[in-house]
Amino acid sequence: MNTTAKRIYYIPYMLWILLFVIAPVALIVYQSFFNLDHQATIQNYVTYLTSSTYLRMTLNSFWYAFLITLFTVLISYPAALFLNQLKHKDFWLLLIILPTWINLLLKAYAFIGIFAQNGSVNQFLGFIGIGPKQILFTDFSFIFVATYIEIPFMILPIYNAIAEIDPALLTASRDLGATNWQTLIRVILPLTRKGITAGVQAVFIPSLSLFMLTRLIGGNRVITLGTAIEEHFLTTMNWGMGSTIGVVLIIMMFISMALTGEHKRKRKEIDTGATKE
Amino acid sequence: MTTPIIEFQHVNKFFGDFQALKDINFQLDQGKFYSLLGPSGSGKTTILRTIAGFNSVTSGTVLFQGKPLKNVPPNKRRVNTIFQNYALFPHLNVFDNVAFGLSIRHVPKDEIQTRVMDALKMVHLQELASRDINELSGGQQQRVAIARAIINEPELLLLDEPLSALDKKLRQDMQYELRELQQRLGITFVFVTHDQEEALAMSDEIFVMDEGAILQNGTPVDIYDEPINHFVADFIGESNIVKGTMVKDYEVEFVGKRFECADAGMRPNEPVEVVLRPEDLDVTTPDKGKLIVQVDSQLFRGDHFEVVAYDADHNEWLIHSTNPVKEDADIGLFFEPEDIHVMRFNEKEADFDARLEQYEGE
Repeated sequence: MNTTAKRIYYIPYMLWILLFVIAPVALIVYQSFFNLDHQATIQNYVTYLTSSTYLRMTLNSFWYAFLITLFTVLISYPAALFLNQLKHKDFWLLLIILPTWINLLLKAYAFIGIFAQNGSVNQFLGFIGIGPKQILFTDFSFIFVATYIEIPFMILPIYNAIAEIDPALLTASRDLGATNWQTLIRVILPLTRKGITAGVQAVFIPSLSLFMLTRLIGGNRVITLGTAIEEHFLTTMNWGMGSTIGVVLIIMMFISMALTGEHKRKRKEIDTGATKE
Repeated sequence: MTTPIIEFQHVNKFFGDFQALKDINFQLDQGKFYSLLGPSGSGKTTILRTIAGFNSVTSGTVLFQGKPLKNVPPNKRRVNTIFQNYALFPHLNVFDNVAFGLSIRHVPKDEIQTRVMDALKMVHLQELASRDINELSGGQQQRVAIARAIINEPELLLLDEPLSALDKKLRQDMQYELRELQQRLGITFVFVTHDQEEALAMSDEIFVMDEGAILQNGTPVDIYDEPINHFVADFIGESNIVKGTMVKDYEVEFVGKRFECADAGMRPNEPVEVVLRPEDLDVTTPDKGKLIVQVDSQLFRGDHFEVVAYDADHNEWLIHSTNPVKEDADIGLFFEPEDIHVMRFNEKEADFDARLEQYEGE
């Protein structure tokens, strides 16, 4: 193939990167150095780093994202293990993926109906004599719904990682004396580490900037960085401050990518007398 | 007599409608090298997995040192396996792979260290302890698998076609090493293979299997020299098999001629099959030969010539000759009465053994 033809194939990709990745990021960074009066300044960053409100919000975002990720892993890992043992596993996996095809807002509204004062959960609680309770607009409902929404994104990579394990390895582990539990801890878990980190990246990073759910399900009691950005852009019209938080989010994403990314294995010894085959 | 290490009593195994094992009975003694030899689907791997604990039997009993194995899970059996594709743990290095069985049992760290290094030394891999598995060649991975299996000091080591992924030269080297290792450790080896050369070279005793049944068992020499039926004769080594008639004791007729032979104990004029091994046929001039055949083609095999020839009745004869022959020439074939092996149709192994004993003891 000649080089001009190759260049033509680059065009859509280059346009995409330029228009939807580089340009927006550049604009956000640019915007973050202006105050409300359109004067170039680093005041926004100073405010962010010295204000306890913003720092608390940052910690909040981290904390909630951490909780959502944790519960997602705790539910998804056993689920993925279980799915892999089923006969028609692809079909059951499809059922789990199916809800991701439905719009996030629709699902959020559905949960409002379920968790509301006169919703089905409270009707049931009333029926067994312990309700109704305030469920909507609590930390619980926020984390519950966020976890529900993120679970497919966690199950999929873990499921794939488990499916890729050579069954002979599990047989070998049993043969060498390991119980089923020891096989899980010492063979299956380490071999699916990549699947878990991929899932954590797919869940933790988007969870940092959740904002729709914080409002609809969390009732604005849960304020994360995502909520703050929305407020600055749409309510206070302080685009500079909003952009600054955006930049902070981008940096945090890179940090969590670096933390969960594949590390080079430490070992490198020199073998001198390697036997030649 | 000591208790056999493994004993199968009337073992049957069904996978759905498919009968994988048909009334299997055998005993394995401590410290010997056994081979289960048969084509794929003959049930040999099923036997192996039954001993290891990954298959249950449909009926029958499996005894380990005299005790039923039925309710013992695989991780509690004093049996280890070397798998066909080694099944080494890719997330662990050589040392940790070998140490796996010991660390599962919470053996103290310093003991693990010495025992792993001893095991690696035994398979000549001590310099590679810190290597990753994917940095090793096939032969090295094979050795890691051996070290990993023997470190648990099993009573019985199961080998599931462990050499099939290696090239020929390496496979032959490993045959010597495995045999030597077995004699040094004194543990019982059960080696599953479809390669008859491998089985003949290493085993104390061979079980020839086909379609879920054991057809014949015996020492490599017994099985090679006295195959019980057409299948065994054909599967173990190369052979010329022709139809014939047992005229009377020590006289058999085939290709229209009568020959003196070493077999007896059959009905007069019983239809039989006759086996002649290619290396037992000596090429000579037509007037000195017991049989006269015409050469069709020959291949040079390095240590011998493989000659294909046809007799007047169009039977094909395979001959291993040390000297080349002329193509299309008529040659004579000479053989001793002991070179002729007569096989009855549908003879059971017990009857076969009894008949052999009857006239060989004379």
